[in-house]
Amino acid sequence: MSTHTLHPETWVDRYSDYLYNYTIVRVNDHIVAQDLISETFLAGLKSKKNFKGNASERTWLIAILKRKIIDHYRKKNSKKGQAEVHINYSDDDMEGDWLEERVQDPFDKNAEDELENNELGLAILECLDTLDERHAAIFKMKTIDNFDTEAICNEFNITPSNLWVIIHRARKAMANCLEKNWL
Amino acid sequence: MKFNMMFNCDKARHTCDKAQYNEASLWEGIMLNVHTIFCRFCRKHSARNSKLTQTIKDSQIKTLSPEQKNVIKEQLRQEMPQ
Repeated sequence: MSTHTLHPETWVDRYSDYLYNYTIVRVNDHIVAQDLISETFLAGLKSKKNFKGNASERTWLIAILKRKIIDHYRKKNSKKGQAEVHINYSDDDMEGDWLEERVQDPFDKNAEDELENNELGLAILECLDTLDERHAAIFKMKTIDNFDTEAICNEFNITPSNLWVIIHRARKAMANCLEKNWL
Repeated sequence: MKFNMMFNCDKARHTCDKAQYNEASLWEGIMLNVHTIFCRFCRKHSARNSKLTQTIKDSQIKTLSPEQKNVIKEQLRQEMPQ
Protein backbone atom coordinates (compact mmCIF):
# COMPACT_ATOMS: atom_id res chain seq x y z
CA MET A 1 0.00 0.00 0.00
CA SER A 2 1.58 3.25 -1.03
CA THR A 3 0.59 6.03 1.30
CA HIS A 4 3.55 8.37 0.98
CA THR A 5 4.38 10.64 -1.90
CA LEU A 6 7.43 12.78 -2.60
CA HIS A 7 7.42 16.57 -2.62
CA PRO A 8 10.96 17.63 -3.54
CA GLU A 9 10.06 21.32 -3.47
CA THR A 10 9.49 21.14 0.30
CA TRP A 11 12.49 18.93 1.13
CA VAL A 12 14.91 21.70 2.08
CA ASP A 13 12.50 23.46 4.43
CA ARG A 14 11.20 20.30 6.02
CA TYR A 15 14.18 17.98 6.25
CA SER A 16 17.47 19.87 5.84
CA ASP A 17 17.83 20.58 9.58
CA TYR A 18 17.03 16.98 10.47
CA LEU A 19 19.53 15.63 7.94
CA TYR A 20 22.11 18.18 9.08
CA ASN A 21 21.87 17.10 12.73
CA TYR A 22 22.08 13.48 11.62
CA THR A 23 25.17 14.15 9.51
CA ILE A 24 27.18 16.54 11.65
CA VAL A 25 27.86 13.98 14.41
CA ARG A 26 28.94 11.46 11.82
CA VAL A 27 31.29 13.59 9.75
CA ASN A 28 32.06 16.39 12.21
CA ASP A 29 32.64 18.97 9.49
CA HIS A 30 30.13 21.64 8.58
CA ILE A 31 31.10 21.98 4.90
CA VAL A 32 31.16 18.22 4.31
CA ALA A 33 27.79 17.85 6.05
CA GLN A 34 26.27 20.53 3.86
CA ASP A 35 27.66 18.91 0.71
CA LEU A 36 26.37 15.50 1.73
CA ILE A 37 22.89 16.92 2.33
CA SER A 38 22.69 18.59 -1.06
CA GLU A 39 24.04 15.40 -2.69
CA THR A 40 21.34 13.43 -0.87
CA PHE A 41 18.57 15.69 -2.14
CA LEU A 42 19.92 15.53 -5.69
CA ALA A 43 20.23 11.75 -5.53
CA GLY A 44 16.68 11.59 -4.16
CA LEU A 45 15.45 13.68 -7.04
CA LYS A 46 17.19 11.45 -9.57
CA SER A 47 15.84 8.22 -8.13
CA LYS A 48 12.39 9.61 -7.49
CA LYS A 49 10.88 6.89 -9.65
CA ASN A 50 12.23 4.18 -7.34
CA PHE A 51 10.30 5.49 -4.35
CA LYS A 52 7.66 2.89 -3.57
CA GLY A 53 5.83 4.89 -0.91
CA ASN A 54 6.29 2.29 1.82
CA ALA A 55 8.45 4.55 3.98
CA SER A 56 8.01 8.21 4.81
CA GLU A 57 9.90 10.82 2.82
CA ARG A 58 12.28 11.44 5.70
CA THR A 59 13.11 7.77 6.24
CA TRP A 60 13.79 7.41 2.53
CA LEU A 61 16.08 10.46 2.49
CA ILE A 62 17.94 9.20 5.57
CA ALA A 63 18.53 5.87 3.81
CA ILE A 64 20.12 7.75 0.90
CA LEU A 65 22.12 9.94 3.27
CA LYS A 66 23.54 6.88 5.06
CA ARG A 67 24.92 5.61 1.75
CA LYS A 68 26.39 9.04 1.04
CA ILE A 69 28.14 9.12 4.43
CA ILE A 70 29.61 5.65 3.85
CA ASP A 71 30.76 6.73 0.37
CA HIS A 72 32.36 9.82 1.90
CA TYR A 73 34.47 7.71 4.27
CA ARG A 74 35.35 5.24 1.53
CA LYS A 75 36.61 8.05 -0.64
CA LYS A 76 38.52 9.56 2.26
CA ASN A 77 40.19 6.27 3.18
CA SER A 78 41.21 5.54 -0.38
CA LYS A 79 43.57 8.50 -0.15
CA LYS A 80 46.19 6.43 1.66
CA GLY A 81 48.14 7.88 4.52
CA GLN A 82 45.73 10.63 5.41
CA ALA A 83 43.97 8.68 8.09
CA GLU A 84 47.17 7.94 10.01
CA VAL A 85 47.69 9.76 13.26
CA HIS A 86 51.02 9.78 15.06
CA ILE A 87 51.18 10.42 18.77
CA ASN A 88 54.41 10.35 20.70
CA TYR A 89 53.78 9.07 24.18
CA SER A 90 57.29 9.43 25.51
CA ASP A 91 59.32 12.32 24.27
CA ASP A 92 62.59 13.02 25.99
CA ASP A 93 61.80 16.71 26.33
CA MET A 94 58.45 16.15 28.01
CA GLU A 95 58.42 17.77 31.40
CA GLY A 96 55.85 18.63 34.01
CA ASP A 97 52.53 16.99 34.78
CA TRP A 98 51.89 15.63 31.32
CA LEU A 99 50.63 12.30 32.64
CA GLU A 100 47.98 13.94 34.80
CA GLU A 101 46.71 15.90 31.84
CA ARG A 102 45.95 12.65 30.06
CA VAL A 103 43.86 11.15 32.84
CA GLN A 104 40.18 10.90 31.94
CA ASP A 105 38.00 13.58 33.48
CA PRO A 106 34.96 11.78 34.92
CA PHE A 107 32.89 14.97 34.83
CA ASP A 108 33.62 15.63 31.21
CA LYS A 109 31.04 14.90 28.54
CA ASN A 110 31.69 11.46 27.08
CA ALA A 111 30.76 10.01 23.73
CA GLU A 112 27.60 8.48 25.15
CA ASP A 113 26.32 11.87 26.32
CA GLU A 114 27.06 13.35 22.93
CA LEU A 115 25.17 10.54 21.24
CA GLU A 116 22.21 10.98 23.54
CA ASN A 117 22.18 14.72 22.85
CA ASN A 118 22.14 14.05 19.15
CA GLU A 119 19.26 11.60 19.48
CA LEU A 120 17.39 14.15 21.56
CA GLY A 121 17.99 16.75 18.85
CA LEU A 122 16.53 14.41 16.24
CA ALA A 123 13.55 13.66 18.52
CA ILE A 124 12.89 17.39 18.85
CA LEU A 125 13.00 17.84 15.09
CA GLU A 126 10.67 14.85 14.64
CA CYS A 127 8.19 16.47 17.03
CA LEU A 128 8.51 19.76 15.16
CA ASP A 129 7.51 17.90 12.04
CA THR A 130 4.15 16.99 13.60
CA LEU A 131 3.32 20.66 14.18
CA ASP A 132 1.57 22.95 11.75
CA GLU A 133 4.22 24.04 9.22
CA ARG A 134 3.97 27.75 9.99
CA HIS A 135 3.92 27.22 13.75
CA ALA A 136 6.93 24.94 13.49
CA ALA A 137 8.87 27.52 11.47
CA ILE A 138 8.07 30.28 13.97
CA PHE A 139 8.90 28.08 16.96
CA LYS A 140 12.18 27.03 15.40
CA MET A 141 13.20 30.61 14.62
CA LYS A 142 12.34 31.79 18.12
CA THR A 143 13.60 28.87 20.19
CA ILE A 144 16.45 27.27 18.27
CA ASP A 145 17.78 30.09 16.11
CA ASN A 146 17.12 32.72 18.83
CA PHE A 147 15.69 35.36 16.49
CA ASP A 148 14.21 38.57 17.93
CA THR A 149 10.44 38.77 18.35
CA GLU A 150 10.41 41.79 16.05
CA ALA A 151 12.37 40.06 13.28
CA ILE A 152 10.00 37.07 13.29
CA CYS A 153 6.94 39.36 13.32
CA ASN A 154 8.26 41.18 10.25
CA GLU A 155 9.14 37.98 8.45
CA PHE A 156 5.73 36.38 8.95
CA ASN A 157 3.75 39.62 9.01
CA ILE A 158 2.14 38.97 12.40
CA THR A 159 1.74 40.98 15.59
CA PRO A 160 3.72 40.16 18.76
CA SER A 161 0.58 38.94 20.50
CA ASN A 162 -0.08 36.57 17.57
CA LEU A 163 3.47 35.36 17.89
CA TRP A 164 3.13 34.60 21.60
CA VAL A 165 -0.12 32.69 21.02
CA ILE A 166 1.61 30.59 18.35
CA ILE A 167 4.64 30.06 20.60
CA HIS A 168 2.40 29.01 23.48
CA ARG A 169 0.52 26.45 21.36
CA ALA A 170 3.73 25.15 19.83
CA ARG A 171 5.40 24.79 23.23
CA LYS A 172 2.39 22.89 24.56
CA ALA A 173 2.39 20.53 21.58
CA MET A 174 6.16 20.07 21.78
CA ALA A 175 6.05 19.27 25.51
CA ASN A 176 3.29 16.69 24.90
CA CYS A 177 5.16 15.13 21.99
CA LEU A 178 8.50 14.95 23.78
CA GLU A 179 6.93 13.50 26.91
CA LYS A 180 5.42 10.78 24.76
CA ASN A 181 8.49 10.06 22.62
CA TRP A 182 11.50 10.87 24.73
CA LEU A 183 11.04 11.02 28.51
CA MET B 1 -6.96 39.67 46.74
CA LYS B 2 -7.35 42.23 43.98
CA PHE B 3 -3.60 42.09 43.48
CA ASN B 4 -3.77 38.37 42.85
CA MET B 5 -6.85 38.55 40.62
CA MET B 6 -5.23 41.10 38.35
CA PHE B 7 -2.54 38.60 37.46
CA ASN B 8 -4.73 35.75 36.30
CA CYS B 9 -3.68 32.38 34.88
CA ASP B 10 -3.74 33.62 31.27
CA LYS B 11 -1.34 36.40 32.12
CA ALA B 12 0.80 33.96 34.12
CA ARG B 13 1.05 31.58 31.18
CA HIS B 14 1.97 34.41 28.83
CA THR B 15 4.63 35.69 31.23
CA CYS B 16 5.96 32.17 31.69
CA ASP B 17 6.40 31.83 27.91
CA LYS B 18 8.17 35.18 27.76
CA ALA B 19 10.40 34.21 30.67
CA GLN B 20 11.66 31.19 28.68
CA TYR B 21 13.22 33.64 26.23
CA ASN B 22 14.37 36.09 28.94
CA GLU B 23 11.85 38.62 27.69
CA ALA B 24 9.78 39.01 30.87
CA SER B 25 10.43 42.16 32.89
CA LEU B 26 11.56 41.98 36.49
CA TRP B 27 8.10 43.03 37.69
CA GLU B 28 6.40 40.39 35.54
CA GLY B 29 8.81 37.79 36.91
CA ILE B 30 7.94 38.72 40.48
CA MET B 31 4.21 38.62 39.71
CA LEU B 32 4.60 35.21 38.09
CA ASN B 33 6.45 33.85 41.11
CA VAL B 34 3.81 35.18 43.49
CA HIS B 35 1.07 33.70 41.30
CA THR B 36 2.70 30.26 41.17
CA ILE B 37 2.85 30.15 44.97
CA PHE B 38 -0.94 30.18 45.05
CA CYS B 39 -1.83 28.46 41.78
CA ARG B 40 -1.02 24.78 41.52
CA PHE B 41 -1.83 24.55 37.78
CA CYS B 42 0.44 27.41 36.82
CA ARG B 43 3.19 26.01 39.05
CA LYS B 44 2.99 22.72 37.18
CA HIS B 45 2.83 24.48 33.81
CA SER B 46 5.81 26.65 34.71
CA ALA B 47 7.93 23.65 35.67
CA ARG B 48 6.98 21.83 32.47
CA ASN B 49 7.73 24.87 30.34
CA SER B 50 11.15 25.34 31.92
CA LYS B 51 11.88 21.66 31.41
CA LEU B 52 11.14 22.03 27.69
CA THR B 53 13.51 24.99 27.46
CA GLN B 54 16.26 23.05 29.23
CA THR B 55 15.69 19.96 27.07
CA ILE B 56 16.04 21.96 23.86
CA LYS B 57 19.15 23.66 25.25
CA ASP B 58 20.69 20.31 26.23
CA SER B 59 20.13 18.83 22.78
CA GLN B 60 22.52 21.38 21.25
CA ILE B 61 20.45 21.22 18.13
CA LYS B 62 21.99 22.85 15.08
CA THR B 63 20.30 24.34 12.06
CA LEU B 64 21.42 25.43 8.65
CA SER B 65 21.24 29.17 8.03
CA PRO B 66 18.63 30.50 5.56
CA GLU B 67 21.45 31.36 3.11
CA GLN B 68 22.78 27.81 3.19
CA LYS B 69 19.28 26.48 2.67
CA ASN B 70 18.82 28.78 -0.29
CA VAL B 71 22.01 27.46 -1.87
CA ILE B 72 20.72 23.88 -1.61
CA LYS B 73 17.27 24.95 -2.83
CA GLU B 74 18.82 26.57 -5.87
CA GLN B 75 20.86 23.43 -6.69
CA LEU B 76 17.72 21.35 -6.37
CA ARG B 77 15.66 23.74 -8.47
CA GLN B 78 18.13 23.53 -11.34
CA GLU B 79 17.86 19.75 -11.38
CA MET B 80 14.08 19.70 -11.22
CA PRO B 81 12.21 19.03 -14.44
CA GLN B 82 10.39 22.18 -15.52
